[in-house]
Amino acid sequence: MKEIINLPVSNIEEEEYHINMGPQHPSTHGVLRLLVSLQGEMVRSLKPHCGYIHRGIEKMCEKDTYPQVIHLTDRIDYLSAHINNHAVCLLVEKALEVDVPERVRYIRTIMDELARIQSHQLWWSSFGMDLGGLTCFFYGLRDREMILDIWEETTGSRFLQSYNCPGGVMQDIHPNFQKKVHAFLKTFKKKIKDYDRILSGNVIFENRSQGVGILSKEDAISYGVTGPSGRGSGWSCDVRKTEPYSMYGKVQFNEVLRYECDTYSRYMVRMQEMHESMNIIEQLIDNIPEGEHSAKMKAVIKLPAGEYFQRVESARGELGLFVVSDGNKTPYRMKFRTPSFSNLSVLDHISRGMKIADLVAIGASLDLVIPDIDR
Amino acid sequence: MNSFFKYFSDIFHGVKSLLIGMSVTGRYFFSPGQIVTQQYPENRKNLQMFERFKGEVIMLHDGNNQHRCNGCGICENNCPNGSIEVIPAKITGEDGKSKRVIDKHIYHLGMCTFCGLCVKNCPSNALGFGQEFEHAVFDRSKLTKVLNQPGSSIIKGVE
Amino acid sequence: MTFNIYDFTSFNRWIDEGLNSFMSPTWALITEMAIIGIVFLLFYAVVGLFLVYAERKVCAFMQNRVGPNRVGPYGIFQTIADFIKLLMKELVYIKDSDKLLFNLAPFIVIIASFMALSAVPFAKGLHAIDFDIGILYVIAVSSLGVVGILLAGWSSNNKYSLIGAMRSGAQIVSYELSVGLSLLTIIVLAGTMQFSEIVEMQRNGWFIFKGHIPAIIAFIVFLVASTAETNRGPFDLAEAESELTAGFHTEYSGIKFAFFFLAEYMNMFLVASIAATVFWGGWMPFHVSGWAGFNTIMDYIPPFIWYIGKTAFIIWLMMLFKWTFPRLRIDQLLTLEWKYLLPINLVNILFMAFLVLMHWHF
Ligand code: SF4
Ligand code: SF4
Repeated sequence: MKEIINLPVSNIEEEEYHINMGPQHPSTHGVLRLLVSLQGEMVRSLKPHCGYIHRGIEKMCEKDTYPQVIHLTDRIDYLSAHINNHAVCLLVEKALEVDVPERVRYIRTIMDELARIQSHQLWWSSFGMDLGGLTCFFYGLRDREMILDIWEETTGSRFLQSYNCPGGVMQDIHPNFQKKVHAFLKTFKKKIKDYDRILSGNVIFENRSQGVGILSKEDAISYGVTGPSGRGSGWSCDVRKTEPYSMYGKVQFNEVLRYECDTYSRYMVRMQEMHESMNIIEQLIDNIPEGEHSAKMKAVIKLPAGEYFQRVESARGELGLFVVSDGNKTPYRMKFRTPSFSNLSVLDHISRGMKIADLVAIGASLDLVIPDIDR
Repeated sequence: MNSFFKYFSDIFHGVKSLLIGMSVTGRYFFSPGQIVTQQYPENRKNLQMFERFKGEVIMLHDGNNQHRCNGCGICENNCPNGSIEVIPAKITGEDGKSKRVIDKHIYHLGMCTFCGLCVKNCPSNALGFGQEFEHAVFDRSKLTKVLNQPGSSIIKGVE
Repeated sequence: MTFNIYDFTSFNRWIDEGLNSFMSPTWALITEMAIIGIVFLLFYAVVGLFLVYAERKVCAFMQNRVGPNRVGPYGIFQTIADFIKLLMKELVYIKDSDKLLFNLAPFIVIIASFMALSAVPFAKGLHAIDFDIGILYVIAVSSLGVVGILLAGWSSNNKYSLIGAMRSGAQIVSYELSVGLSLLTIIVLAGTMQFSEIVEMQRNGWFIFKGHIPAIIAFIVFLVASTAETNRGPFDLAEAESELTAGFHTEYSGIKFAFFFLAEYMNMFLVASIAATVFWGGWMPFHVSGWAGFNTIMDYIPPFIWYIGKTAFIIWLMMLFKWTFPRLRIDQLLTLEWKYLLPINLVNILFMAFLVLMHWHF
C-alpha cells in the first residue's frame, strides 16, 4: 500500500499504467516476466524480471566432473544443446591440449549446424505465431521433425542429446546418418521456399517488421547483442569467423550481415543463415574422414589449475564459457556468458515508443530462450 | 504523381503477396497426402523406436538370466544425478574365496537425465538403453527399479 | 399440404392457416413466433457447433494435421463434447469486476448475432422476417455486438481485456463504414434493400457478374471489411492471443466464454450469408441468360443447397485468411480502412452509379 501512496503525482497525470507480460504469457515463450509501462498502447519502458526458471546450473557445475557438466549445458539453451556441449568439450580439450580426431571435428560441426537450423526453424515457427500467423508454427515444427529424427537415430535423444564428450563424441554416427542428412537437405530446400512465400514476402509481415525495433550498430556493440540479432545491425560478430573452431576455419561460408537494423533485418539474417548452414553441411557431409570417434582421454579428467575461456557461436549468439580450475576433477567456478541474457538487456531500449504488438515482434526477433537467460 | 502510382503499386504488390501466401495454405489444404500426424496409440503395434533410443537404462540379460555386472560401482560414481545405487554383496565362490557380486542395482528413472555416462563408463558393458518410453505412472515410487532381474547371476568369466 | 423444397411459401401458409383454424389470430401469431424462435435457436446451435468443428478441420488440413479425430467418426462429436465440458466448468468470479455488465456482455454479443440472423433468406420463402430495409437492419443489428465486447473488456477489471475491447471498438466502428458502403454499391445496382427482392433480381445472373468490375471490387472490400468486423484473423486484434492473452474475453470461463466463442462463429456465418445473398445470389441457382437447358438443370438443385454451398465457400475463404496471414497492428488496421478501403469504396460507388445510369451492367 505504501508504494501506491508514494507514487509521484505526475505518473497519474501522464496516464501511465503497468501490465505484467508473463511469467505466463503466450509470447514470452517461457517464464520471462516483463513489467511493461504503457501509455495507451505505447510502450513507455519495460523491466524484465528474470529468475523464474533459475536452476542454479553454474553452481551445480561446481560439483560435477567435466564429463558430467555436459548434461547440464544441454539445459541452458536447449535449442542449441549441441553447441553448448561443444563449448565445454573445446575448453577441456584446449586446457588438456588434446588433439581430437578429424572425424570428431567433422561430426561436431555438422551437428552444430543441424542444431542451428532446427533452432532457427523453431524460431521461425514461433515468430510467425507471435505475429498471429499460426500456420507457420506447424510448418516449422513439421520440418524440424526431420532433424530430430536424425539426432534420435545417432545420439538416442531428440532434444537434449549430451552427444559430445571431452575428447570426442559419445557414439559414432549411425550408418544412416549421411543418407538422412542428404534427404533432409533436399526436402528442406524445397520447404524453405514456402517459408518465404507465406511469411517473408507477405505485405502484412513486412509492415509489422520493417522499421520496428531499430537497434543501431553502436547499441548492439555496447549492449553486447551478438548472434543473428547483432548481425542484423551490421555488426560482424560471428565467432565462427572471428575465432574459428572445429571445421569452421576450413569451410566456405558467408557471414550474413544486414544493415537495416530492424526486426525485418534480424529476421532475414536468420532466414539466410539457414541457407548458409545447409551450405556448410553440404561441404562436410560427404567428406567425413574415417577414424576414431573419440580421442583417448584419462578416466578422470582434471584441468590444470588456472583460468580458461572458450567462445562458440550458438544459435542465438556468442556463448562464452569461463572456467576457473583449482586442479581438481570438478571446476572451481564455471560461468556461462549466455547470449539471450545480453540480448534481453536491449529489449527495453529498442521497444520504447513502440506498440505492444511491436514489443511482441521485437521480442520474437531477438529469439530469446528463457532458460538461457536464467540458467 | 509518383505517390499516386505508389499508392496503386502498393495495393497491387500487397494483394499479390497475400495471394501467394494463400496459395501455400490452399495447396496444403488440397493435398491430404502430406499430413504428417502420427496416430499414436493406434500405431503402437508397429511403432519402431531407433535402436539407440534412450528410453531407460536397463541391465542387459542374456537367455540364461545372466548379466555382466560385477557391482564395481563405477556407474554410480559417474552418474551426475545420483540416479544409480549399487548395493553389492559378498558371496563365497566355489573356490572358497569370497568375492563381490551385485545384490541390487537400483535405478531411479525419475532422476535420470539420460546423459549416457553410466552406459558409456561401465567397464564390463553391463548396461544399455531400453526402448521403452511409456513411463507414466501414478506413483513416483514405481519409477525406482531394480535393474538386475531376480535370480539373475553374473556371466562366468567377466568378473 | 404442398411441401416443396424449391419454394417454402406454401408450406409457411399451410402452417399459418393450420394454426389460425383452431386458435385466435393473436395466439396463432405468438405460437408462430415461438416456433420460429425455437427453430432458430436449434439452427444457431447446430451451425455454431458445426462451424467450430469445420474450422478445426480446415486449419488442420492447411497445417498438415488431421485435426479432431477422437470423439466419434472423424471427430464430429468433438465440439459437442467441448460444449458439454464448457457447460460444466466453473464460472469464475472476478474480484472487483462490474458484476452486472460482466454477466450481461456475452448475452449482448450473442443476441446481436441472433437478431441479425433473422433477416437472412435461406431459401425461397424460408426467412423469419422479410423487411423492406433488410440490409439496413442487418448492418444496424450486427454492429450491436461491439457494445457487448466493450462491456466485457470494461467490466472484467483486467488491463488486457480493456486494451482488447478498446481496439475492437476502434476497429468495428471504422470497418462498419466499409461494410455499409460496399453493400450500398450493390443497393445502387439493385435499387432495393429487401433481401427477397435482391435475390429475385439475380434470377438471370448474380450481381457479381451483372455488376462486373465494381461489384467484384465491392465484394472484395466487403469480404475484407466483414472479416475485420467479425474480429477474425488477421484482424483479431481484440483477442490477439500472442499480445493480450485472450483480449476481451480473458476473464470469461465456462458457458459465458462459450457464448463469445459461438457468437464469433455465428457472426462469420452471418457475414458469409450476407455476402452470398447480396453478391452471389443467395439461394438463387446459377443461371446464364439464354441457356435454357443449362438453367433448368441448375434449377433441379434445391435452393437450400445453393445457399449452403455459397456460404460454405465464403466461410472457407475467411478461414484461409485467418490461417495464412499474420495479424495486423492497430495503426495498420486503421490505415488499411481509412487510406485504402474507404477511398476505393467511395470511388467504386460513383463508378457503379455511373454504370447503372449508362446501363453498362448486364
Ligand atoms: S553396471 Fe557396470 S559400472 Fe555399474 S556396477 Fe555393474 S559393472 Fe560396475
Ligand atoms: S543415464 Fe546418466 S543420469 Fe541416467 S542413470 Fe546413467 S549416468 Fe545417471
